[in-house]
Amino acid sequence: MIGQGGWKAFFLDRSWYPLEGKFGIMPMVWASAAMMLGAVLLAVPLGIASAIFIRFYAPKAIAQSYRLMLNLLAGIPSVVYGLWGLTVLVPLIARWQQPGASLLAAILVLTLMILPTVALTSFSALAAVPKDILAGAAALGITRKGQIISVALPAARNGILGGTLLAMARALGETMAVLMVSGNVVQYPTGLFEPVRSLTANIALEMAYATDQHRAGLFASGLLLTLLVLVLAWLAARYQERNTYG
Amino acid sequence: MADRLFSLLIWATAGLVVVTLFWVLGDVVIKGLSHLSWSFLLDAPRDAGRGGGIGPILVSTLLILLVALGVSIPLGLGVAVWLSEFSPRSSHKGRSFGAAIRLTLDALAGVPSIVYGLFGNAFFSIFLGLGFSILSGGLTLACMVLPIFIRTCEAGLSAVNDDWRRGAAALGMTRTSAIWYILLPSASPAIAAGLALGIGRATAETAALIFTSGYVDRMPGSLMDSGRALAVHIYDLSMNVTGGDPAAYASAFILITLIIILNALAQTFTDHWFRKRIYAS
Repeated sequence: MIGQGGWKAFFLDRSWYPLEGKFGIMPMVWASAAMMLGAVLLAVPLGIASAIFIRFYAPKAIAQSYRLMLNLLAGIPSVVYGLWGLTVLVPLIARWQQPGASLLAAILVLTLMILPTVALTSFSALAAVPKDILAGAAALGITRKGQIISVALPAARNGILGGTLLAMARALGETMAVLMVSGNVVQYPTGLFEPVRSLTANIALEMAYATDQHRAGLFASGLLLTLLVLVLAWLAARYQERNTYG
Repeated sequence: MADRLFSLLIWATAGLVVVTLFWVLGDVVIKGLSHLSWSFLLDAPRDAGRGGGIGPILVSTLLILLVALGVSIPLGLGVAVWLSEFSPRSSHKGRSFGAAIRLTLDALAGVPSIVYGLFGNAFFSIFLGLGFSILSGGLTLACMVLPIFIRTCEAGLSAVNDDWRRGAAALGMTRTSAIWYILLPSASPAIAAGLALGIGRATAETAALIFTSGYVDRMPGSLMDSGRALAVHIYDLSMNVTGGDPAAYASAFILITLIIILNALAQTFTDHWFRKRIYAS
């Protein structure tokens, strides 16, 4: 089932013209990577700030409803995010810069989708930091900000990193939302406003009519995707296991 | 001063997240409710979904879910019980067969849903000859949900205090009845959580269903018919049908409501079913 022998074509062919026997997937690999990195760059600061908010700043009732809200956010189906992105976000971006359906739209939608993962895992990492350390820091006269930035965050570093890697795996594997907002033009991502097509979207779009070599190519790109996600998940598990405090 | 600024920053971020959530949810609720009516829930779609309702699609969605849960609950509970109670424990971490299974499950839990779609299409639809049908869609979803369901249930079972196992053995209970009457009921919060996770993922899934259960929006006559799931319907309305957005939003509203209702049902069901048995005797 997996493309045999022709794997070199994946990396050497200039682009993806399956009907002409050209199976270069690099543009889509880069597009997927760009979406993932963009989303992580946005979601990690927001997520860590949210986690600090729940752990250190919010009064109990607010912290609880905030966590409930994050869970709700995590439970919204990806196709609903896609629908919202397509009807609200894309026209908004289009007003600013054509054509709207773009790398930026995909990044923003993905950010929303992985934010709960980052925030909730970071929160549990922060919650696991022993109170003694924080009390010690307070006793040394370190300010609240200092306690959080130079004591709590470093102590929770592994858990936060693990959660981030997990979120990256989710972003990479996401199909529908990305498919609906990113414009789906096969090309190297050169700007935020360019339409791009991710690996996942490519499979979903072409599976319906693909035959023989083309179909094998899609399965092979599915395999590549799985391997990438597995590496990320494995790294995440390693970091979360090492969650020890000294 | 810097301290003030920092806490201001944190509060502002939290506010931003809340505002965004309400923006998304508000849009779905407002645009969804304005198109919603009883006939929307019951009628068949007309004009590629622009008019009419989502009756047959709701039926297909529930049938797909039923197949997925019907397969994954017994299988998942069985594997979870085996992993936590029967798998040989090895002193060297990561050397036993059970550990290999756990590793495999963790790996499978991370596989993107579109890849499950590819697998389901190749295996259930083509290799087993089930075609585009509710059955192959449901089975694909079962494969997707199983790893996470098993791991959650197993975590719940392993967390049960060993005293309970010894107590049951001391009372002369067989291993089967100890599992059935003591271990499973006391792990019920974890089982409910796993069920909720599974239902959430399965109901929300689109990518894995497009190539397994198909696009047909007629009322399914049997499990071998192709049936369009609600999530696929939303995707189709917003991408391929111009002017389908109001119906898409209404369907999205129904989908979210459905997930919340099913989660509540799963919660009450597991609570009720297990509590009755742990306290009845």
